[in-house]
Amino acid sequence: MKDNLSKLPSGFKGFVHDWASDQTTFKGVPWGKAMMWIFLISDTFIFSCFLIGYMTVRGSTSVPWPNPSEVFALNVFGVDVPLLLIAIMTFVLITSSGTMALAVKFGYERKKKLCALFILFTAIGGGAFVGMQAFEWTKLILHEGIRPWGNPKGAAQFGAIFFMITGFHGTHVSIGVIFLLIFARKTWRGDFDNGKRGFFTSMKSNYVAIEILGLYWHFVDLVWVFIFAFFYLW
Amino acid sequence: MTENIEKKSEASTHKIGIYLWIWLLLFILSGFSYSVDYFQFQGLIRWALILFFMFAKAGLIMAFFMHLFWERYALVNVLLWPLTAIACFIFLMAAEAEYTFLTRTFYFLTGG
Repeated sequence: MKDNLSKLPSGFKGFVHDWASDQTTFKGVPWGKAMMWIFLISDTFIFSCFLIGYMTVRGSTSVPWPNPSEVFALNVFGVDVPLLLIAIMTFVLITSSGTMALAVKFGYERKKKLCALFILFTAIGGGAFVGMQAFEWTKLILHEGIRPWGNPKGAAQFGAIFFMITGFHGTHVSIGVIFLLIFARKTWRGDFDNGKRGFFTSMKSNYVAIEILGLYWHFVDLVWVFIFAFFYLW
Repeated sequence: MTENIEKKSEASTHKIGIYLWIWLLLFILSGFSYSVDYFQFQGLIRWALILFFMFAKAGLIMAFFMHLFWERYALVNVLLWPLTAIACFIFLMAAEAEYTFLTRTFYFLTGG
């Protein structure tokens, strides 16, 4: 199949060729991967709508927006460091994205144990991220008095936007962690080598499943890049 | 079919160095975007830097971690062109927000 693919035209010529070929359009792409990409596109639109809604709300309010740099500052040894927790969360999520990329690579090289181990590292990173987010929410709700309907620091819409966007992203991370743990176990057990049928789908699977899971995980990291830029830094 | 996919997959593994380099770059870029806030850049330079680091990070993640750099254009184009709709939506809603802000300010000041 790889040899067949390399014989096809590449670039934009390949684009026209594949779409005009009257057969499988996404050549060399397993159906699960194509479906995950289409799901991610739809998820992109959901997150975009949230962020655009945030832009509209922030741009149209005549009350000053709370300064995220101050709201999310962390007091370390008596010094207020701006956005410290958020920065740590960003680095943790990027690290987990890196371990996931390596897990996909080890999967395709059939290094079963290494692959499972790196999926587990990824899950630990994701778990740490959700934990820190829970800490952040607790701090904001209990100590800063931020509510979805108002807050003492400025525009009332701040809380609604913050809880909705980070909450939706946190849910994605949590779901990802659950799937990572399931797939770490499956990989360790060798399900992708011996063609054991899945508990839920009753279908045989292979290491492409790890790449599909990886796509979802990288997407979660990708969304965080945009939330970090637009919500925390802007 | 399954066998074919496996064969293809094995052939398409990339050197571990690529992933480690991208990982390192993402760390550095995140460090830079954090310093935009830490050193309190303001105004146009702040927004330009935030956007630049954001798109650089997003591009690296999509191209290498999500393998889009190695995918055929048939898939890449299907994934990226719908995003232009989002760009249009951003401009529409930015105009809408501006209008709402102006009317609000006007009526709050004049009292209707």
